Amino acid sequence: MPLGISKKDRRSIRTALWASNPVTFHVLGICSALAVTTQMKTALVMGAALTFVLSLSNTAISVLRGFIPGKIRIIVQLVVISTLVAVADQVLKAFMYDVSKQLSVFVGLIITNCIVMGRAEAYAMRNPPFKSFIDGIGNGLGYSAVLVCVAVFRELLGQGTLLGWRVVPEALYESGYANCGLMVLAPGAFFLLGAIVWVQRFLSGYTEKP
Amino acid sequence: MLELINLGIKSVFVENILLAYFLGMCSFLACSKKMETASGLGWAVIFVMVVTTPVNWAANQVLFKKGALAWAGLPDADLSFLSFMGFIAVIATMVQIVEMVIDRFSPRLYASLGIFLPLIAVNCAILGVALFISEREYSFPEAWVFGAGSGAGWALALVAMAAMRQKLGYSDIPGPLRGLGITMMLTGLMALGFMCFAGIRL
Repeated sequence: MPLGISKKDRRSIRTALWASNPVTFHVLGICSALAVTTQMKTALVMGAALTFVLSLSNTAISVLRGFIPGKIRIIVQLVVISTLVAVADQVLKAFMYDVSKQLSVFVGLIITNCIVMGRAEAYAMRNPPFKSFIDGIGNGLGYSAVLVCVAVFRELLGQGTLLGWRVVPEALYESGYANCGLMVLAPGAFFLLGAIVWVQRFLSGYTEKP
Repeated sequence: MLELINLGIKSVFVENILLAYFLGMCSFLACSKKMETASGLGWAVIFVMVVTTPVNWAANQVLFKKGALAWAGLPDADLSFLSFMGFIAVIATMVQIVEMVIDRFSPRLYASLGIFLPLIAVNCAILGVALFISEREYSFPEAWVFGAGSGAGWALALVAMAAMRQKLGYSDIPGPLRGLGITMMLTGLMALGFMCFAGIRL
């Protein structure tokens, strides 16, 4: 067993990735899932930033869970999360300045990303640190998976590239193919996410109760 | 003056904070099932937006902006890395104060808005507006108009979606598409509609 990850931990990661995915099942963290997905690069960086913040905030809040008074827990959680987000933002600004400019306010908005608050409240307040860390990684990856999925379609159909590399051959453009401008704009993101949710729920057999 | 009106129209219709920047989606999806809930939350967001934007603007000017601490004899200090924490603290505090004031002076309004106010503290539209204002370096009147306009635009989209979802109750939608899926598609159509406003200027 590498890194001491047990079978149960692996299972909890797998559930967060598929059956109870934070975006498509719990309907959390939609805001940034749509805003940063015009390109693969920004989506990957955003996914990594969120996974970092989520796993560490889960660990920190889980360590502190015995000392946090119930009445002011939201404020305490927000302070922990915003500290980690400030760290992530400074690291991005230092090492990937152009991507950080493209993400603009959306790095800061990880603070109010419901996934982070939701997992802190629902999981980290009740479970030991290592389990919370694993839960954070799993949910972060589940979120990143949806992000990358949306971004692949948007970049491929909207710009004909993947990670900045041209994928659609020149010959196709010459024979009359045109990029789908809608995909780069906001409505394209809504349609795509709607379709992805539809497919994911069809395959996993989940139906929302009215 | 005309510029301010232009900015107001832009923030409500052309660059609607929800439909163009995707901010505040979580509460938009969760609270658009019923008309009363939607309009209550809409008013609460407009209200909190109008109250918090000036405070956040002032906090940014006096504390966090580069060179803002000149009044304290520290012209080189740059605390902008603290601005995330500052804004979220201001918003949470203001929401708490607003809640207490409403409770004291208008119990009736409190009864209708009360449950939504804590939710608003973690609404990304409000933090988003604060961050946009500091990034785009708006002046005070601009910041206020932008804040109020964004709140109004968000409320407009929310109420419109609630109306649509109520009608949707009568239609037969494929099981897996129900709920989140169809709401996303509808929001997409709404965003397409709002794009028609692009290019409107006074």
